[in-house]
Amino acid sequence: MELYNLTLREISEKIKNKEVSIKEVLDNVFQRIDDVEKKVDAYVTLTRDAAYKRAEELQERLDRGEDIGILGGVPIAIKDNICTNGVKTTCASKMLENFVPIYDATVIKRLNDAGAIVIGKTNMDEFAMGSSTESSYIKKTKNPWDLEKVPGGSSGGSAAAISSDMAYAALGSDTGGSIRQPASYCSVVGLKPTYGLISRFGLIAYASSLDQIGPFGKNVEDVALMLNVIAGHDEKDTTSADIGKKDYTESIVNDIKGLKIGVPHEFVNEGVHEDVKEAYYHAIETLKSAGAEIIDIDLEYAKYSLATYYIIATAEASSNLGRYDGIRYGYRTSEFDDLDDLYNKSRTEGFGTEVKRRIMLGTYVLSSGYYDAYYKRAQQVRTLIIDNFKKAFEQCDAIVIPTAPNTAFKFGAKTENPLEMYLEDIYTVPVNIAGLPGISVPGGFDKDHMPIGIQFISKAFDEEKLLRIAYTFEQNTDYHKNKPNI
Amino acid sequence: MSVSKEDVKHIAKLSKLYLSEDELEKYTKDLSSIVDFANELSSIHVDGVKPTAHILDIKNVFRKDERQKSYDREEILKNAPLKEAGCINVPKVVE
Repeated sequence: MELYNLTLREISEKIKNKEVSIKEVLDNVFQRIDDVEKKVDAYVTLTRDAAYKRAEELQERLDRGEDIGILGGVPIAIKDNICTNGVKTTCASKMLENFVPIYDATVIKRLNDAGAIVIGKTNMDEFAMGSSTESSYIKKTKNPWDLEKVPGGSSGGSAAAISSDMAYAALGSDTGGSIRQPASYCSVVGLKPTYGLISRFGLIAYASSLDQIGPFGKNVEDVALMLNVIAGHDEKDTTSADIGKKDYTESIVNDIKGLKIGVPHEFVNEGVHEDVKEAYYHAIETLKSAGAEIIDIDLEYAKYSLATYYIIATAEASSNLGRYDGIRYGYRTSEFDDLDDLYNKSRTEGFGTEVKRRIMLGTYVLSSGYYDAYYKRAQQVRTLIIDNFKKAFEQCDAIVIPTAPNTAFKFGAKTENPLEMYLEDIYTVPVNIAGLPGISVPGGFDKDHMPIGIQFISKAFDEEKLLRIAYTFEQNTDYHKNKPNI
Repeated sequence: MSVSKEDVKHIAKLSKLYLSEDELEKYTKDLSSIVDFANELSSIHVDGVKPTAHILDIKNVFRKDERQKSYDREEILKNAPLKEAGCINVPKVVE
């Protein structure tokens, strides 16, 4: 057993009890990175020097008897669309290849205040647009369970880093499934919190009404610990909700007796891999034997979430990405005729294929003559989907569905046909459309031993119940104990 | 094709993107198939349904109008692609 195999809670206790020094923890995790990173390619930037410097400061404080925070000395990885003061934040795009933020995102400030050590920035789909991390301009991240397969996306680097023990926890962002789907593909736990629970200040925007930052962890308890640190109101984000502080570790209870869990049979039907379906029905049995009451629910509009998502998300993206003009920061082309040519060339050369596709789709659905037919209609269907969930939660405490219809696929398998790639998000987007919290927990393996994720969804701001159900499921299964052989 | 080449040329212009002839072909095909897929929404009855722009029940959020310390000018300019005399250098805007 190596130090890097431990969970976040275990390592933070060892540090606090002085069983290990923070330097030893860093040495061990960087040794692990030196051993496996060349195979996995999860990181875009490593902040080795800054990490050791910070370790020294934290150790001194700890030795003086100070409380260094609940994440004191624990190495954490950050998705590369979350701004880190003085550390490159690229969004895995040529456009921001050399962008160095001059401030920390609120979540980074909170992690620092809790004693965490940021050890690197992780790879992602360019501007978080994708489901496989293949659209990264920087590198290809491999799935630690099979290096010929994708880790999922867009937070593929964070998921792969946790899965291969190259950090104790990580942050990602989830606009349509970008935390939960890679968590599912890599067999780790990934939580997309309720919209508004986590400040988005310093998160580089993709689709502002859907984006949400969330944690990855090796297990549900670690995710609850991370949530304790990053959740909470922030006046720098006007969409941040003020619901007071909660202690999510109180939800780490192995008991769901009497809780009602909804199953939308009809929604989990077509286009789902047989092995995923089998794992799903097995999960339902596990919940039942743990004492939950299983209830049939109807989410008749959920199947329209994907079309709704790709209209709303791209519309917002086309507007958000208008700021990349080659003038104030980011990539600027070297040769141009006039101002308009500078804009056009900088954007044409700075953005990749998928980003351009989404900017154009968003521009199309917002353009004169199509606005009502697409954008306005999608916003109306969004209302219907929200009402659908509201009605379902009158009958049940949480909903269980698969995280993704398939397991991880081979590189290039879905890059030719973008629609096929988009379909991987079918079970994750409804949660973003309705602003709800969703969590993916390891829930089995397919016949090729690739991980399958099971997703739980609860009412808005009911992360307590969500974590309790996820924890109980985890404690009654063994899937999370399996590690990739890397 | 639900989206024509002319449509794509138009939206590329609005998006300030140049497309090669090959890209034009490819994006026309891609956008058509995605728009066709999105057309499934046209079968839903939405008359009288209020559109949702935002899921939280918050309206305008104001802060007090107070002077605050801002970022250092030189720091901000570090990320500018071209700068001169404490300003961002841009090509001539007015002829």
